[in-house]
Amino acid sequence: MHQQPVKLGCHNVWKLYGPHPERLLAGGAAPDLDAIRASGHVGAVRNVSIDVRQGEIFVIMGLSGSGKSTLVRCLSRLVEPTAGEILFNGKDLLQARPKELIDIRRHKMGMVFQHFALLPHLNVLQNVAFPLQVQGIGRAAREARAEEVIALVGLEGREAYFPRQLSGGQQQRVGIARSLVVEPELWFLDEPFSALDPLIRREMQDEFLRVQQLLHKTIVFITHDFDEAIRIADRIAIMKDGEVIQVATPEELVLNPAADYVAEFTRYVSRAKVVTLGRIAVPGAAEGAAGTLPETVRVEAVANEVEAAAAPFNVIDEDGVVIGHVTRQAVIDVLVGRGGRG
Amino acid sequence: MTWQPSRAVWMWLVLLAVTLALARWAGPMAVPGWMQIDMAGAVSRFMDWLVNTASFGLFTFKDLTRAIAQAIEWPYQAVRMALVEGWVEGRRSEARTILPPISWIGIIAIVTAMGVYARNWRLGLFVGACFLYLAVFGQWESAMVTLASILIAVPIGIAGGLVLGIAGAVWPAFDRVQTPFLDLMQTVPTFAYLVPILFLFGFGPVSALIATVVYAMPPMVRITTMALKSVPSEIRDFGVMAGCTPRQRLTRVLLPTALPDLMVGVNQVIMLSLNMVIIASMIGAGGLGFDVLNSLRRLDIGRGIEAGLAIVALAIALDRLSQAFATRRPGAAGDGARHMRWWVVLAAFVAATTLLGYVVPALQSYPEAWTVTTRSLWSDLVKWININYYDQLEAVKNVLLLNLLLPFKRFLLALPWPWVLALITLAGWQLGRGRLAALCLALGLFIVVNGLWEPAMTTLYLCGISVMIAALIGLPLGVLAASSERAGRIIGTGIDLLQTLPSFVYLIPVVMLFRVGDFSAMIAIVLYALAPAIRYAAHGLRSVPEEIVEAGAVCGCTRWQILTRIRLPMALPEIMLGLNQTIMLALSMLVITALVGTRDLGQEVYIALTRADTGQGIVAGVSIAAIAIIADRLIAAGARRTRRKLGLEPAHP
Repeated sequence: MHQQPVKLGCHNVWKLYGPHPERLLAGGAAPDLDAIRASGHVGAVRNVSIDVRQGEIFVIMGLSGSGKSTLVRCLSRLVEPTAGEILFNGKDLLQARPKELIDIRRHKMGMVFQHFALLPHLNVLQNVAFPLQVQGIGRAAREARAEEVIALVGLEGREAYFPRQLSGGQQQRVGIARSLVVEPELWFLDEPFSALDPLIRREMQDEFLRVQQLLHKTIVFITHDFDEAIRIADRIAIMKDGEVIQVATPEELVLNPAADYVAEFTRYVSRAKVVTLGRIAVPGAAEGAAGTLPETVRVEAVANEVEAAAAPFNVIDEDGVVIGHVTRQAVIDVLVGRGGRG
Repeated sequence: MTWQPSRAVWMWLVLLAVTLALARWAGPMAVPGWMQIDMAGAVSRFMDWLVNTASFGLFTFKDLTRAIAQAIEWPYQAVRMALVEGWVEGRRSEARTILPPISWIGIIAIVTAMGVYARNWRLGLFVGACFLYLAVFGQWESAMVTLASILIAVPIGIAGGLVLGIAGAVWPAFDRVQTPFLDLMQTVPTFAYLVPILFLFGFGPVSALIATVVYAMPPMVRITTMALKSVPSEIRDFGVMAGCTPRQRLTRVLLPTALPDLMVGVNQVIMLSLNMVIIASMIGAGGLGFDVLNSLRRLDIGRGIEAGLAIVALAIALDRLSQAFATRRPGAAGDGARHMRWWVVLAAFVAATTLLGYVVPALQSYPEAWTVTTRSLWSDLVKWININYYDQLEAVKNVLLLNLLLPFKRFLLALPWPWVLALITLAGWQLGRGRLAALCLALGLFIVVNGLWEPAMTTLYLCGISVMIAALIGLPLGVLAASSERAGRIIGTGIDLLQTLPSFVYLIPVVMLFRVGDFSAMIAIVLYALAPAIRYAAHGLRSVPEEIVEAGAVCGCTRWQILTRIRLPMALPEIMLGLNQTIMLALSMLVITALVGTRDLGQEVYIALTRADTGQGIVAGVSIAAIAIIADRLIAAGARRTRRKLGLEPAHP
């Protein structure tokens, strides 16, 4: 994969709550968890450095209380970090003045919330058009644009409904449409599907991936659901006690967990869900291959096809060059959990 | 099950014994001269200075009060013209009506339309019927005077409440400063407001309006602050992320989201305004309140009941209407045009009936010949009751007076004041440690140094007995209301009605049947203060988690055991809060019962009012507030402790 430029850089960001958090970090000190607790503070975000690249889905995953929600609020500056630097398009967001910040949020950022955060007194159309309305855009123009995104999330015909008349899944579609109406460069999703039923959640994940296929936004996605994370992420950051423990692709995370804590999550994850063909391909093109498959495809997606074929498949990279081939046996090994490790 | 009393319980049992002994043998104790402070005199002198000499350089304090009075007088006169007098030029015999007031049919049409708009035709017709009642029973003009006061007081109260409430939500420091004032304003009894306002603004409708606004505004401030603070944090965050400026965030995100809660505040302002406008007839509000007051003074039974029923009709109509507006939800899009047409039709109808009034007087004001008076009916009814049941009523009254009220009163008055002070301080220490103990002691001392100990004890006796009786009636009713859907609905409707009525109204039937005195006062207080005891008990019992009740049922508890061992203990904190509310309402009613001749702090305030003695009025008013605050804080602390014990609240907030 070609390396994309960094869209959002977050360097040594801290958020401490307590009586005098600045003093604790004075002179670039980096107190550990015990020192923070001993001084009567809470370390919601501790020394986090991550880079989100243009066009990727960057998932921040952690259990409740791990600081993921505070981190995303630091990234959007809803919460003022205690220390650190947040570079958005190369400019420090923390230095932005209130007016600039309003401008950035109006045009370059969108956010989806766990409990939808729809305005109860506005109908679907007005809710979606709201971010444009506060910018002072005329009614006809903003409603035309709102119609477009409402169609994008499949809610045509419900423009006049009020939030209370919609199901949870439909409400979140409105939330998604509303966050996309300003065509943001950076899209924050804070546990967008956690409040939904499992079946609806899956459907919404598919919907989300479909929309992303069309729009190629840079995404910061928060979740506490590891399955959701590996399903949609390009890269995942695992958080615990305010710290980022590991940043990696789903495949690496499952195959090489950096800590026991991460391994706890990955232990029962089926390998086929994360292992890509590139990893299990044997060098060299196969004689009389049954077909070609891209190296980034996950085993689960093509297992049926490969297993049923009589001959191996060739694996190609982004440029169409054959880098190797996969055999039936290799796929079966991954499916039953024998191969793939290391 | 054996009960193991804790050390605290033993201590209180011993203290109770000592208290009884002291009352029996020690007797009351005079407050030494050196402890008495003439606070009332100081306040009076300060007010004199304020009115006569105080100056802010460019203008004097008197100019300021005059300006305020003017600012209120103008719109008030305009509304009165529209509703009552019409636009009249010249005086007395030369008076010439340029524009008549809005016709009674027009006003009924307006309120009906508002009911339809707020909910449906049924409500519209109901509200219209309430107003028609006012016309048919000859109360129209008084009712319109009262309504005019409300139409002025309510918008000022709402606007002021919104501004202060928003300020409180935006600047926490402002909130911290204003909260104690709001606390005090809500505990100082209504009459006490009247005294300084009477002194500053004189006798008349403007003073009454100012008193009404001051009385009705605090809940709006509180509700606004709370409503804004309880907007979900995600919606707050959304406002920021959508790029709203601070002003847009407030006006487009926070206020609209908080609107349903704010409307509850509006309903409160309306009902409190009505309550106060009636009471403020004592400083010249006129209208229905004046009719009630007048007939109470002259014991004109029929007229009093008639005016009282008119207040009830007006109160219910205003309450239902504002509640409907509070729960109204925006309809489907595109009905704006249809509404517009209706409003035009309504305006045309009102204008037409009003102008036709020039030609057909019956359209202008409800013809007197058609009014129905029930005056003699009520008088006869009360007379009949008094002739036929005099002995029974008197017997009930005397038994209760001799066996309950008087002994309790004697007991309280016999207690030496240092001992009582020590007891409440100790209670404060037990429930809330140093701060609460200090507060209880300071407030108690305030009463002592002002020489109001005896009236304060009388207040305590009347309030205590009434609250006890209200609790004894309220708790079983609450249990009943919680036990079945149907009972809940019936009792709920009943207490809704009780709570809608302005406090003044309660005096009428009581005085008719039991004449003046402590017993009448007690009955009025019990009736007025009953509602929260029932409501909180029922709510507390109903909100016990179903799982816990089921767990009890599975263990084989009988219904009685489920009630006494599971529901009641779990509902205890809620029941205590209800008791707290009952005490607050009892104290506020207590002051009004001064009209029927009690001898407590309320009477002190009432006397101060008749003499326009600001100092005495304020000191006695604050003393009542002191009792209220002590009771409130002690019970709240107790309720918190119980909640913690039950694990309903974390031990360390």
